Amino acid sequence: MDAIILQILNGLDKGSAYALIALGLTLIFGTLGVVNFAHGALFMIGAFCAVTMQRLLTLSFETVDPTKTDFLGKPMKIKTHYVEAWFGPDVGASLVDWAVPLSILLAIPVMLIIGYVMERGLIKHFYKRPHADQILVTFGLAIVLQEIVKHYYGANPIPTGAPAAFRGSFDFGQLLGFDPNVIIYPYWRMVYFAFAAVIIGAVFAFLQFTTFGMVVRAGMADRETVGLLGINIDRRFTIMFGLAAAVAGLAGAMYAPINSPNYHMGMDFLVLSFVVVVVGGMGSLPGAVAAGFLLGILEAFASMNEIKSILPGIDQIIIYLVAIIILLTRPRGLLGRKGVMEE
Amino acid sequence: MLGLDKKDTTLMLVVAALALLAPFILNPFPEGSAMAQFNAGYPDLMQRFAIYGILAIGFNILFGLTGYLSFGHAAFLGVGSYSAVWMFKLLSYNVIPGIILSVIVAGLFSVVIGFISLRRSGIYFSILTLAFAQMSYNLAYSVLGNPSSNFNLTNGETGLQVYASDPQILASASAPEVPHLFGVAMRSSYQLEVGSWLFTFNAGYYLCAVILMLSFYVSVRIFRSPFGMMLRAVKSNQQRMNYTGLHTRPYTLAAFVISGMYAGLAGGLLSTMDPLAGAERMQWTASGEVVLMTILGGAGTLLGPVVGAGFIKYFENIFSKINEGVLHQWFGFLPDGMESAVIWVVEHFVGPGWHLTLGLLFMLVVTFLPGGLVQGGQHLWRLLAGKSRKEEHAKTETQSTPAE
Repeated sequence: MDAIILQILNGLDKGSAYALIALGLTLIFGTLGVVNFAHGALFMIGAFCAVTMQRLLTLSFETVDPTKTDFLGKPMKIKTHYVEAWFGPDVGASLVDWAVPLSILLAIPVMLIIGYVMERGLIKHFYKRPHADQILVTFGLAIVLQEIVKHYYGANPIPTGAPAAFRGSFDFGQLLGFDPNVIIYPYWRMVYFAFAAVIIGAVFAFLQFTTFGMVVRAGMADRETVGLLGINIDRRFTIMFGLAAAVAGLAGAMYAPINSPNYHMGMDFLVLSFVVVVVGGMGSLPGAVAAGFLLGILEAFASMNEIKSILPGIDQIIIYLVAIIILLTRPRGLLGRKGVMEE
Repeated sequence: MLGLDKKDTTLMLVVAALALLAPFILNPFPEGSAMAQFNAGYPDLMQRFAIYGILAIGFNILFGLTGYLSFGHAAFLGVGSYSAVWMFKLLSYNVIPGIILSVIVAGLFSVVIGFISLRRSGIYFSILTLAFAQMSYNLAYSVLGNPSSNFNLTNGETGLQVYASDPQILASASAPEVPHLFGVAMRSSYQLEVGSWLFTFNAGYYLCAVILMLSFYVSVRIFRSPFGMMLRAVKSNQQRMNYTGLHTRPYTLAAFVISGMYAGLAGGLLSTMDPLAGAERMQWTASGEVVLMTILGGAGTLLGPVVGAGFIKYFENIFSKINEGVLHQWFGFLPDGMESAVIWVVEHFVGPGWHLTLGLLFMLVVTFLPGGLVQGGQHLWRLLAGKSRKEEHAKTETQSTPAE
């Protein structure tokens, strides 16, 4: 029992990332009908927003302290972060410590702008082209984004820590009456899961309870009719693209402490997220979220030692295996709508 | 000739001439001159041209004719490489059994994957093939390649290679200890010096070139056959094919398997070049590379994939070599401030930044030139030949378009 709970918890954080990326992919697909292979790159850029924030906050200047000497006998140079000098040492230090959560403030505008530019500059011209062309051009874009990041941040993963307050682990088992140290779960992963839940809830609420969301939903169902009613549906869809980019970016920024950002993390997640979208059902938002968590948890279960000893290597392929089975038995995916992507 | 019409015979002869004379054609600059770094006539690169040409020709039979976009072709490449190295390990370093087995194994593998993947079309097919390729990659990397287990098929991270302790039951004492063709080592080459030019004729390259010519010939025959016509029909309107009572899947499966066998052949040849097969050949970036080559050159055209493969491999090699020093040499004539500005910009695109150039180029080609470089060349040719666009337009106008 404890092992099962532990694996479900372990699956949640990765599942959250899958769900968030898949949600964005489905939003783009549902509104614009475009298959976006560059979505993983957006996730990666989000993660590098966290890295950038950390670097911005730790910008520092050097002063010479004549009272102390270093090991060579020269006057000691002391580095001081600008933020500490401006806001005082206590506030400054905690600002540096909270770099990753603060990076949300950076990620949202950056990702909205990137999404907007991407849609207006490139994707717009591919509405009427075949899906294969859309895949290819966004694949090219993904390479470009990835290489730009690699050029400026290097090829190595950059460790980006969570705030000190969330660094430890939480003994989840004791809460449920198990022995201590049986079910422990890092705090930051809990934060990530909660964050993902809030974002997913916000996106659904936005679509369900605002006029803007209602128009977008109507546009997803029948774009032409909405356009005939005199509503500028293209502009709204562009905004939705920016929103989807922002969701991916936020997912990436908060994921930085779990997995040190490197330039190809987007590609790694993209392949899995596409599988998630297909399993959930192309064009279905609840399907994408459900499949994201489901596959995350399945992956966690498959990496249990008990299962690996029976079926070695199952943890590496379980997601693909599930996807293949679902595509063959239930081609529309778990919650797919009729008539989406069926030529 | 050989069942080809006049136009195709010319094309075939051009390809044959290019392949056989490549050591001359690719070495236009004399040794030691400043331009010598743009020479491509050395064995390693020429072999890559030929091998990736074969891979792209095969991919084109699937994507160019049927329109099924496979994102998992690297799996067959990898399987082919592993099979060839296994033949080296078990039999001998003679390349023939290795190449034959790599084609067969890749063919069987593609029957299985194709049988399942082809049940779906469009983006679902792409994702299914991608899923299979990633599965193969993960398995080859981890479980099937655990050196400590009894069942070590791929040797994991290290890559599969031939060890002294391997049986090599057919190995003869006289044969060299490297991949060879009946005693002629793949690495051996003959160098010809003419004036200040140095031409290298490499055994491995000529093996690849001959196979490339054969592959190209087979692909021409497929393109011109009724079978090829059927595949094209599948691309233009599969639904209507089904309405006429025709079962299209055997045709698409055949195309998929042929294409997979080509990839296996390319993989086997890669192993003859260097008998070390690693799992990274199966990674999806490798699949993406084949797609890039084919699209860049021109999908659905005969020559396009070969052009694309050569183009990418050549510029990958040349661009990666350019560093800051070379750039300073080139832009030294500019005023100082401008020089550093220009170099700062260009630096993004050369050396390790070559992939950026490739990505941008690819985006441009997909956006503006869906027919690839070959189509671009044809446009240019028509422009130069003085045929006006109107004439061309009038010609297409008279063709009746089928009703949807």
